[in-house]
Amino acid sequence: MLCDDCKNNNATIQVTQIINNDKMTLNLCQKCAEKRGFRSPFEGVPFPLAEFLSSMITASAKTGDKPHTKTVIETRCPGCGMSFTEFAQKGRLGCGGCYKAFRPQLKDLLRKIHGSDSHRGKIPNLPGKEMTHLREERKLQEELKKAIEEENFEMAARIRDKIKGLQTEK
Amino acid sequence: MFEELIKKPAAWLTGEGKNSEIVLSSRVRLARNISSIPFPSVAIPEEREKIISFVNKAVQKSSFLNGGKVHNSSEIPKLDKDFLVERHLVSPEFMRGSNNKALYIGEEEKISLMINEEDHVRIQALNSGLEIKSTFELADKVDTELSNTLEFNFDPDFGYLTSCPTNAGTGMRASVLIHLPGLVLTKEIENVISQVTKLGLTVRGFYGEGSDVLGNLFQISNQTTLGKSEEDLIESLEKVTNQIIEYENNSRKTLYSEAKEQIEDKIWRAFGILRSARVITSTEVTNLLSALRLGLGMGTIKEIPLGLINQILLISFPAHLQKYLNKEMEPNERDILRAELIREKLKSSI
Repeated sequence: MLCDDCKNNNATIQVTQIINNDKMTLNLCQKCAEKRGFRSPFEGVPFPLAEFLSSMITASAKTGDKPHTKTVIETRCPGCGMSFTEFAQKGRLGCGGCYKAFRPQLKDLLRKIHGSDSHRGKIPNLPGKEMTHLREERKLQEELKKAIEEENFEMAARIRDKIKGLQTEK
Repeated sequence: MFEELIKKPAAWLTGEGKNSEIVLSSRVRLARNISSIPFPSVAIPEEREKIISFVNKAVQKSSFLNGGKVHNSSEIPKLDKDFLVERHLVSPEFMRGSNNKALYIGEEEKISLMINEEDHVRIQALNSGLEIKSTFELADKVDTELSNTLEFNFDPDFGYLTSCPTNAGTGMRASVLIHLPGLVLTKEIENVISQVTKLGLTVRGFYGEGSDVLGNLFQISNQTTLGKSEEDLIESLEKVTNQIIEYENNSRKTLYSEAKEQIEDKIWRAFGILRSARVITSTEVTNLLSALRLGLGMGTIKEIPLGLINQILLISFPAHLQKYLNKEMEPNERDILRAELIREKLKSSI
């Protein structure tokens, strides 16, 4: 079998990728496999994540289609100096500040990747009003869940109001 | 280096834990970054060194962690790096390009920390068998211990902030390494993979992303890290894994009732090759041991304990073989000495 890329050498490496439900098989020669960044199975075949991400990011920038999109893309992170275009090329952010600098675009991207843009997991024991709020809100949400499970709807309504109060305070 | 480790089975191959004949190991990784310092790919060498020293201090301060040791990766020779990858203590990516990276290995190899991989700290907890929950609890405890000293980057909306947005939120990747020869032989595996991926999990072959499947071993892990709690992600992985174990057992029953002789033939031939080969590659050993592992599970071969299968698998890996025989070798020589060592190991059985 000839290599799918150069159509010249014999294909000696088969690469199978399953992304969600789509299976893609490539038959490559050693040279072309290396060009694409694939090494021998024993070294672990890296998934071209950066490429995949950047295609997703570019797609989302295109579908944005609003006139302001272009200027937003050129924002630079004040922490590390990275621009959104650079991130789109690399697939890696530069620092924690990037999440603030590119918030709207990242919100969109995170929703595409994870189906959600809001954290529901562990909250570290960090100081600050915002963190205290967050912990309080999480505690109330757990109480709410319990009250609903116990069919104590009066209690549930009270807790829901408390949560609303916390959210408006924010 | 690491001479004391070679004498012991790797944490992922002790054969302990639930369903360890089918589920080889459970692993949980947490990605964390320290506030106010750029992520490793952007940080300058001085900042990367700072990260190493911060993590080192946090380890020393924690009575839970201070039994282990931090190694600077520039001090680790190439062979030892491969050895650590084979023991699943570090990722292959971690060992590529070794500037300003460090590694912590805890007692019993159940805990390790990769410092300055893609993120500042990658916490890993590893156990043999189907032990997802206790493995998560271990990783979570390490995270809490480190948080006593280190301030991790956290955003109220996005959770733990990571270099790649695919890890943001919990920063958690939980996975099991599972042996599914029954599903492969009955060709049900594609079906199972497509079902599993619909449930928000990813299936990969052994040895990482996108690689062809080796020894009927598959790695199943959570695909998303944001929007669900760690507990929910763990629970869903555990549920699906239990379901897959049931499918695997059913397909083994089908094989046994419909093609008993063919299956037994496959198992005994694998044993025959392992016991008589003069030249053998690590890949071939992994594939043949899959048949022996199946034989043990189906009760065809009772004489070879799981511990021996796991030991042969481990010492057949190229770096392990060289460390075990205390000799650096070219691939050709390795294949000959590997065959010899396996014959020796299997001589006493049957």
